[in-house]
Amino acid sequence: MKKNVTINVNGAAQRAAVEPRLLLVHFLREVAGLTGTHVGCETSLCGACTVLLNGRAVKSCTVLAVQADGRKVTTVEGLADGDKLHPIQEGFWEEHGLQCGFCTPGMIMCSHDLLEHHPNPSDSEIREGINGNLCRCTGYQHIVAAVRNASKKMSKRAPARAGAR
Amino acid sequence: MAKSAKASSNGKAAHWVGKKLKRKEDPRLIQGISHYTDDLKLAGMLHCVLVRSPHAHAEIKAIRTDAARALPGVVAVFTGEDTSGVGPVPCAMQMPDLKIPRHPVLAMGRVRYLGEPVAAIVAEDIYTASDAAELVEVDYEPLPVVTDLEKALGSDSACIHEQFKSNQAFTHTLKGGDIEAAFKKADHVVSQRMINQRLAPIAMEPRAVLAEYLPGENRMTIWSSTQIPHLLRTQVSVMLGLPETAVRVITPEVGGGFGSKLNVYGEEGIVPWLAMKVGRPVKWNETRRENFLATIHGRDTINDVELALKKDGRILGLRCRILADMGAYHQLLTPLIPQLTALMHAGCYKIPAIQIDIVGVFTNKMSTDAYRGAGRPEATYNVERIMDIGARELGMDPVEFRLKNLPQPKEFPFTTITGLTYDSAKYQDTLKKALKLAGYDALRRRQKAGAKSGKYYGIGVSTYVEICAIGPSAATPAGGWESGTIRIEPTGKVTLLTGASPHGQGEETTFAQLIADELGIDPNDVNVIHGDTLAVPYGIGTFGSRGTAVGGTAAFMATQKLKAKMSTLAAHLLGCKAADVTFGRGRLSAKGGKKSISFGELVMAAYTAHSIPAGFEPGLEATHFFEPPNFTFPFGTHIASVEVDAETGEVKIEKYVGVDDCGNVINPLIVDGQIHGGIAQGMGQAMWEELIYNEDGQLVTGSFMDYVIPKAHFFPEFTLDRTVTPSPVNPMGVKGVGEAGTIASTPCMVNAVCDALSSIGVRHIDMPLKPERVWKAISNAQGGAHNGQEPQFPPELSRAKRGSSTKTSKSSSRRRP
Repeated sequence: MKKNVTINVNGAAQRAAVEPRLLLVHFLREVAGLTGTHVGCETSLCGACTVLLNGRAVKSCTVLAVQADGRKVTTVEGLADGDKLHPIQEGFWEEHGLQCGFCTPGMIMCSHDLLEHHPNPSDSEIREGINGNLCRCTGYQHIVAAVRNASKKMSKRAPARAGAR
Repeated sequence: MAKSAKASSNGKAAHWVGKKLKRKEDPRLIQGISHYTDDLKLAGMLHCVLVRSPHAHAEIKAIRTDAARALPGVVAVFTGEDTSGVGPVPCAMQMPDLKIPRHPVLAMGRVRYLGEPVAAIVAEDIYTASDAAELVEVDYEPLPVVTDLEKALGSDSACIHEQFKSNQAFTHTLKGGDIEAAFKKADHVVSQRMINQRLAPIAMEPRAVLAEYLPGENRMTIWSSTQIPHLLRTQVSVMLGLPETAVRVITPEVGGGFGSKLNVYGEEGIVPWLAMKVGRPVKWNETRRENFLATIHGRDTINDVELALKKDGRILGLRCRILADMGAYHQLLTPLIPQLTALMHAGCYKIPAIQIDIVGVFTNKMSTDAYRGAGRPEATYNVERIMDIGARELGMDPVEFRLKNLPQPKEFPFTTITGLTYDSAKYQDTLKKALKLAGYDALRRRQKAGAKSGKYYGIGVSTYVEICAIGPSAATPAGGWESGTIRIEPTGKVTLLTGASPHGQGEETTFAQLIADELGIDPNDVNVIHGDTLAVPYGIGTFGSRGTAVGGTAAFMATQKLKAKMSTLAAHLLGCKAADVTFGRGRLSAKGGKKSISFGELVMAAYTAHSIPAGFEPGLEATHFFEPPNFTFPFGTHIASVEVDAETGEVKIEKYVGVDDCGNVINPLIVDGQIHGGIAQGMGQAMWEELIYNEDGQLVTGSFMDYVIPKAHFFPEFTLDRTVTPSPVNPMGVKGVGEAGTIASTPCMVNAVCDALSSIGVRHIDMPLKPERVWKAISNAQGGAHNGQEPQFPPELSRAKRGSSTKTSKSSSRRRP
């Protein structure tokens, strides 16, 4: 029995009739056609599939599409503003925070959640903050630098918001 | 040949080489708008799921597929009988006594390892295919399972391939010098059994294969997450019986490999075969569980190492017997890996006699094969661990002992007793730099002071050399050269077609940097194309730290050929000698600089061909196949500082320093990234990672819940530095860096932990150094030292019985200076 769902993905409503067992990650990849979100383990342990669900990072391989019905999802494709990269994306580029790039979308979305809630994390807080996401290429050091880089940029660009906290 | 790479061939200072250029690959990757194999969708595409054996060793009595076939959405179901016409999974190795069992793409009659595929489902979507896989019924009759390497060689062991009458896959001996005399003359002999545990490579992108066959054109296109597109094309064309010219292999983005995708897998034969059979494109995407079960594993050797020493600290000889687990079948290079281990047992030392005896053994497990370092980490581990054990035996500081046995810079090229010629090195410089960076003397002082207050501080040193830029063709199974084709398009944009197949190493950037310098243009005007066999001339691929040293050199040499041609045309147009033409700042200039032509005008002139010298071929394209005259031998020193909690066995990694020398550096940012990642993987082996098959051949650490891939907070910040000793093997003076960190860090960590516990008599602990195992070693040593009684251990939780896992020495050594 298929169920109709409407999920707001990166600002656009995506409507489909889906099997109740369809995973959110497969909805994003197969229905919405957004393949930037990757499947690395199907068990919520590697974090490659991390997206934002109503602003919080979730592992979309263990969320059902029906659970996301009526909610907002942000994927890595939704971060840049036209040609203007998001500061976290810039940070990953400038600090060589990626090699093969497979974990990167999940790592970026997880960092997004981290920086939203901890705008100026220490290095050890960054390491703790991304510990649900695995990277096999970088040894994490340049990822930590990338998040640090992004945190500096974001606090510079949004002093009003930081002040309002 | 050997030319300083500080200057490009035009004599001008390099502009882009040596710069921390941001990677050209990254914009598409950080926006999630690039494509890995699983991201591709073709019209009419079907999905494949494989039914895999739940037994490690069993007869297949019957397979019933009716229920699966009847499921709506299922297009076809095939078993081993159906695919008997598909050629076997290939092994590229040839050796006199090597036994190569036929390795079918789907099991026929018998399964020999957990996860061996027995049936293939093709369905409209992945969910239906998975449902259908559940409906396939297979009757198995379990057979005795062989998992223990030593027992596998016993005459009473079950035989995995009955035609061979034993589980011995091959034997191999490598020797040089008079080993018997060395051990006779020795004042001290130290020996140690060391287990190099089985590991999972775990590229973050699991394997994936998509195939489309167009019968009218007789065109098979295969998209695969591989490190070796051309070798795969050759092998798959043989497996399928198609002319090689009908097969095109494309590697889209590849999400890491670490050797695990340097292979030809059964799935790379089945999926294209299915596409032919059902007449529609078929995609298979590996699950992580399958990745643990059915993608090659790394390491898995038992090593009995012996070192013969004079009392003044000179090494007289090294002997090692290696039992190497092949798994149930050979994959592409399975039997080669322990031979690479044998090759590197001289380490970076002057050892006048060496003998390495290897026995390759079949077991009911997944095949082992190349995993980051591929045999060399095992060698370096044996050598660097026995060096520490030897130093302790002699009462020498491990650094002093190493310095005594390192060849001097003037001795290079240095030929080992087993016949390798190390290209260039200044081992003393990297060692001294690392000691300073780590604050070695202060660490030793702290260790001494700590001992008085019950603190167990340890310092691990590893001085490594590795064999890279694989390699001269005579020493490799499939040719060790690489290809590069450079083409300047009429608009002046440059296309480089490289036979290398980068999958994270960033060579779209590094190759652009080196070409930009040669042509005097911007790297953004150089587009590096790889991983499409229809576009790129035959190449070998990316593995063995060869991408830049061999593939980059091919690109460099092709560029030299093209520059010579461009110089001829420029000389014709400028009225000067070709030898007097220089490249720089977007122009080609005659000597003196008064007459010049822009790069774009010169390129256009080569294409319009309105004014060309007699005999000049229009167009601008050149190809070079670079055959390396030797391997390269990067080296370095890594130092770790740890504190061991004697109550819990936990190891705190306080500091990690690496000083590496990979020759000239094209992009320091990328080189540092390679070393960081390497250190992390090597440390993963030392501290956390272990694939454990139980006695039934079940993989009990076959998921991310049980197999510990290190996370960000496991590591300290790594402190890196380097020395630069250019290689004379290639004109750019580069050596390779992909595996250095992995090779250095594993023994470095174990040396550190054993050093911390040496004062209480712990001599060696087998990896991974999980708290449980460290705690047991401490308890054992203390129990032994205190009252000679066995302490009460917690129950052994996990480890398959195999050799001794922990050895302690009752004599405590307090002779450290």
